[in-house]
Amino acid sequence: MIIKGSIWKFGDNIDTDVIIPARYLNTSDAEELASHCMEDYDREFIKKMKQGDIIVAGENFGCGSSREHAPLAIKTAGISCVIAKSFARIFYRNAINIGLPIFESAETFEQSKQGDILEVDSEVGVIKNFSNNKEFQINPLPDFIRSIISAGGLVEYTKKEVRRRK
Amino acid sequence: MGKTIAEKIIQNHCNKKNIKKGDLVKAKVDFAFANDITGPLAIEVFNKIGVKEVFNRDKITFIPDHFTPNKDIKSAEQAKIIKEFSENQMLTNYFEVGQGGIEHALLPEKGFILPGQLIVGADSHTPTSGALGALAIGVGSTDLGVVLAMGEIWLKVPETIKFIYNGKLNKWVGGKDLILYTISKIGVNGANYKVMEFSGDVISQLSIDNRFTICNMAIEAGAKSGVIEADNVALDYLKERARDLFQKINSDSDAEYEQTIEYDVANIEPQVAFPHLPDKGRPISEVGEVRIDQSVIGSCTNGRIEDLRIAAQILKNNKVDSKIRLIILPATQQIYLDAMEEGLLKVFIEAGAVISPPTCGPCLGGHMGVLAKGEKAISTTNRNFVGRMGHPESEVYLSNPAVAAASAITGKISSPEEVV
Ligand code: SF4
Repeated sequence: MIIKGSIWKFGDNIDTDVIIPARYLNTSDAEELASHCMEDYDREFIKKMKQGDIIVAGENFGCGSSREHAPLAIKTAGISCVIAKSFARIFYRNAINIGLPIFESAETFEQSKQGDILEVDSEVGVIKNFSNNKEFQINPLPDFIRSIISAGGLVEYTKKEVRRRK
Repeated sequence: MGKTIAEKIIQNHCNKKNIKKGDLVKAKVDFAFANDITGPLAIEVFNKIGVKEVFNRDKITFIPDHFTPNKDIKSAEQAKIIKEFSENQMLTNYFEVGQGGIEHALLPEKGFILPGQLIVGADSHTPTSGALGALAIGVGSTDLGVVLAMGEIWLKVPETIKFIYNGKLNKWVGGKDLILYTISKIGVNGANYKVMEFSGDVISQLSIDNRFTICNMAIEAGAKSGVIEADNVALDYLKERARDLFQKINSDSDAEYEQTIEYDVANIEPQVAFPHLPDKGRPISEVGEVRIDQSVIGSCTNGRIEDLRIAAQILKNNKVDSKIRLIILPATQQIYLDAMEEGLLKVFIEAGAVISPPTCGPCLGGHMGVLAKGEKAISTTNRNFVGRMGHPESEVYLSNPAVAAASAITGKISSPEEVV
């Protein structure tokens, strides 16, 4: 998978209440959730971002609630992937399960700025920053997680499993 | 090499022999649940998978608790989805408004959670139940949807950090202060991906309600779960409740921990976590002058009967400041009833508090006590993120019930010593 886009940079501990405030959780409509993505951090975020843009953040991205509405809002808004120094556990699972690509890379956070253009090659395990010509390595995902992603998320993976067991 | 309680529970629920930390396994789930926010998405996932029936209709429940009693039409539609699904799948248990309460208080109270079990809930505070020696893990809706269909979940075998609390507790210090203190030391991602195992003399002497409060907030340090070995206190609590037989599980004496951290609780005062993260805890003596507009006592963290007793002890023969809203939320219908029979509700009403039905309500800025721009609240809930209780420019300070009650009387964040 190759992903290319420009960076929106966030700090540490971006929590799920910031990604999608609880007051909007009386719906699970993905488009509506997306329209409030990151609203309490930057009211204009959703207007300013472009399809395919990449979020780059610090430690513990997605901490807080188990709400899958958070990665769903990010994905539906058109963000192509999230790169962070580290992810909160439930967010990490949820992102993989719904097929939002995420990568851990402290170097990318430390050596990239808002607006830089990145290219992520998840097969080779490299992130390139075209704005400053730097390259960062990413650790390959465990096989089991790759099999979920290559199936297109946990739902598709489970469908296959159901068929196999029949 | 011995194993921790978390490793043993996962081992007992998967078909792989001799699991090691870091292994990815598929594990069988003993009990699964979701609420009115996470449930509808999980049901959508279940429907996409295409199996007709849930894996076991006795082992699943849906609890409407977040925006209920339904605060608006959209919330009503969400609640209706989980109710209809429960009916269509003929689930043995469903807890309608008036018969239940907040999920993490309700499930242990009703005897669904047993030592040694693997529990999965589509809510981040699922680890609350770890206070009974179960491994209780919070997940998202897709995971839960798959559990509904298959009765299994993929898990990584986690590392465990052992916390040992020694010494004598100071006055007004309870489970909430121990966990706020711990999180202030290790940080909001101090236990990310790991299990927090709480132990030591202090824990052995703590009531079950205080233990629930501690495990409830393990997620605020990023943990996969929090757990306390089931001892006589837990077994006593389970005596009249347990719905099934169980075998309690303890960590081996030579279990391998990622870290062992010891605290002398004599150094711990009542804690107040400042905005906007749960790890911004300070001792009450260092809080300074913080005027508040609202005090909230309740939630899955501190809405149990002991919490209400402490609040009543402080509010008795006192009045809530004329400019403060004190909102009290018993966590379940049973707790509400107990509080009534013990005369606690009378104390609250006479002091000038309003009593809400069991609901998450203001805890997540949903309803029943949302903050306006610039307002501040002291709250016994578990999160003080930006906008958590309402307007993005409002503020939430986290504390135990004694501090929240005392602050309602003085109008500023106060030690209970100031009012009793
Ligand atoms: S009371 Fe608050 S923390 Fe607990 S389940 Fe409800 S919203 Fe979540």
